[in-house]
Amino acid sequence: MLLIQNGRVLDPASKTDAAMDVLLDGEIIKEIAAPGKFSSLKDAQVFDAKGLIVAPGFVDMHVHLREPGQESSETIETGTKSAARGGFTAVCCMPNTKPVHDNASITRFIMDKARAVGSTRVWPIGAASVESKGEAIAEIAAMKEAGIVAVSDDGKPIATAKLARQVMDYCASLDLPVIEHSEDVSLAAGAVMREGVTSTRLGLRGMPAAAESVCVARDVQIAELTGGRLHVAHLSAKASLDQVRWAKSRGLRVTCEVTPHHFTLIDEDVRYDSRFKMNPPLASREDREALIAGLVDGAVDVIATDHAPHEPALKDVEFDRAPFGILGFETAIALSLEQLVHTGKISLMRMVELFTTGPARVLGRERKLAPGQPADITLFSTTHEWKYKVSDSPSKSRNSPFDGRTFKGAPIATIVAGKIVFKR
Amino acid sequence: MTPRFRDLLALEPLTADELTFLLDQSKPFQEIQRHPLKKLATLRGKTIALAFFENSTRTRISFGTAASRLGADTMNLQAEASSLKKGETLLDTAFNLNAMKPDCLVMRHSASGAPNYVARHLDIPVINAGDGTHEHPSQGLLDALTISDRKGTINNLNVTILGDLQHSRVARSNIHLLGKFGCRFTLCGPSMWVPRELEKIAPGTSIRCVYRIEEALEGADVVIMLRVQTERLHEPSISPNDYILGYQLNAERLRLAKPDAIVLHPGPMNRGIEITPDVADGPQSCVLEQVTNGVAVRMAILYLLVTGAEEDGSHPAIQPSVAHNRRATDKASAKKDS
Repeated sequence: MLLIQNGRVLDPASKTDAAMDVLLDGEIIKEIAAPGKFSSLKDAQVFDAKGLIVAPGFVDMHVHLREPGQESSETIETGTKSAARGGFTAVCCMPNTKPVHDNASITRFIMDKARAVGSTRVWPIGAASVESKGEAIAEIAAMKEAGIVAVSDDGKPIATAKLARQVMDYCASLDLPVIEHSEDVSLAAGAVMREGVTSTRLGLRGMPAAAESVCVARDVQIAELTGGRLHVAHLSAKASLDQVRWAKSRGLRVTCEVTPHHFTLIDEDVRYDSRFKMNPPLASREDREALIAGLVDGAVDVIATDHAPHEPALKDVEFDRAPFGILGFETAIALSLEQLVHTGKISLMRMVELFTTGPARVLGRERKLAPGQPADITLFSTTHEWKYKVSDSPSKSRNSPFDGRTFKGAPIATIVAGKIVFKR
Repeated sequence: MTPRFRDLLALEPLTADELTFLLDQSKPFQEIQRHPLKKLATLRGKTIALAFFENSTRTRISFGTAASRLGADTMNLQAEASSLKKGETLLDTAFNLNAMKPDCLVMRHSASGAPNYVARHLDIPVINAGDGTHEHPSQGLLDALTISDRKGTINNLNVTILGDLQHSRVARSNIHLLGKFGCRFTLCGPSMWVPRELEKIAPGTSIRCVYRIEEALEGADVVIMLRVQTERLHEPSISPNDYILGYQLNAERLRLAKPDAIVLHPGPMNRGIEITPDVADGPQSCVLEQVTNGVAVRMAILYLLVTGAEEDGSHPAIQPSVAHNRRATDKASAKKDS
């Protein structure tokens, strides 16, 4: 048994914010009680959580683990190790592997591999279309049976409105969310950053905000048409969030996520450094403010990192030639504290919600601290001062724009199925 | 205090004082171009690497000539002959060139910011000879020198730039230099080539985008033409006939500018497309002076970056004969020793 004592328990599901002790028994939570209740227990291992937040296990519902196929950038083992270091207990890996995760045998490969070498739980996301080519619907039911939690053609949108309709319709019957990388590829063609004064000044080709919002507009209409569950991935533009707000106001089953880099950085931060290149690209100052407003008022459901490792040989090239994407796991909690909590914009409870019940609700799962629940716990500090050094990361890649940044607040320990998989 | 330049990647970050210094240092080298013996010994023993990852004739020859007139040797890399096609990364190519121990790298590249990226990894000065659609600093300097010669000043002029502004590295360098001297810009061309964002790329500089050439030319002191790059994809492209109809600079339109307005073109010109021959060859045109000044400006850049502009106060071109004499003296002393 593992006893977590002296911590401050924050549990959005039960709206608990109190000094409590948490007793874990094997892979499940046994009991949560007022401090001292378990003091007579003799055989429990004790974790002193004094000064720490004790929260349900954080979920990162948008990550790239690169396995199978691109193991020189990341593997399930190294990626989940980095996730655990970032305070995550479960991650949802996108299907744009090589080959594309569009069939149940790959689902089983990922699940088996994760069980064997993973530090965290892995909840795979399957492709919506065969090879994510946007032509035929993938074997979604078979993948669901094997364990996927959602479908997506991430890296690109579902190619046509017609296919998006068919997939959303089908997934509604399977009760699976459809996660959309919303991008009008014709408006985004050739672009390497957001279009605006900075792209014009730097002479880099930009994509307008509309490259995203045009596709979000399409998809919310299709969500209404089909009654399906649409989740907009890595939403970056105010205009897109307005579409999501509209959909929510109509009672549609539409949700969205925002990444830490989009609520922290803006296009003006781009300086020909490919660690600042991702898709969707860093947006405008106004967009960033709109995203934060959405995180505050509930229009945004989830914080997800879009952890996208690329080995240095691929990423450390001219800005134009570098692939999109940056690391996300190990800076997510610290950036959320820095940008949202320490600034007084959201409460700690709201932050925990965005990492736990938020994604769980989208995925139709539970995340709560209650007896009988899986013993997945995230412990973090809001005061611990530290410097992020990407060279210390277990990830195989180094593409973080936050390397060298000092933070106040950090993940301190990660417990998955009752096991401490990371401790600072 | 004498400004020091580690690299020359862009004009945007330079101050008016630094730009004035670069222009002032170029002026004595203009004299050299008129001298019957044009070769100095200033950079004797130094090597300049010229790495052109994108096609260039004039800029490459101009830098090569500048290097040779300073007495330096050059090593040349052209994209066609390079190993880039064999899959080598830009950085590996740069490291390999650097391993041959040049004193300076002059590079042109089709990716904006590529020189910044290379400069972060090299300990020798890097000179941007044009990167993508970002900047072309030596062109901006030679244009300013040309304007200064003709107008007597680069302060507070009305500068009109015509053409594909969106994709022009020349225009950006012009704006970032002349804007610091109070010049006011009117940018004009087909609307898809002249995005409104350009009005904000240089805070503090007056920039306006207009879409009628007549409006753009009115009151202009300086008209800078941009090449319609038929070999490169403009996006979107417009029909040549539409371009000529709307934006070709001809004698009649030029009369809308001030009577003493001058016309610049970074070359190579498409006669009959963006400019008519009578304007290109007319008294207001400065295109060949630009080319001559290009060598002077590039001599100044190479001199300042390669030597680090040691503060001995004397400009190498003030007494060119001294340099020749020194070489003669060297020879004489060598003879004596033997």
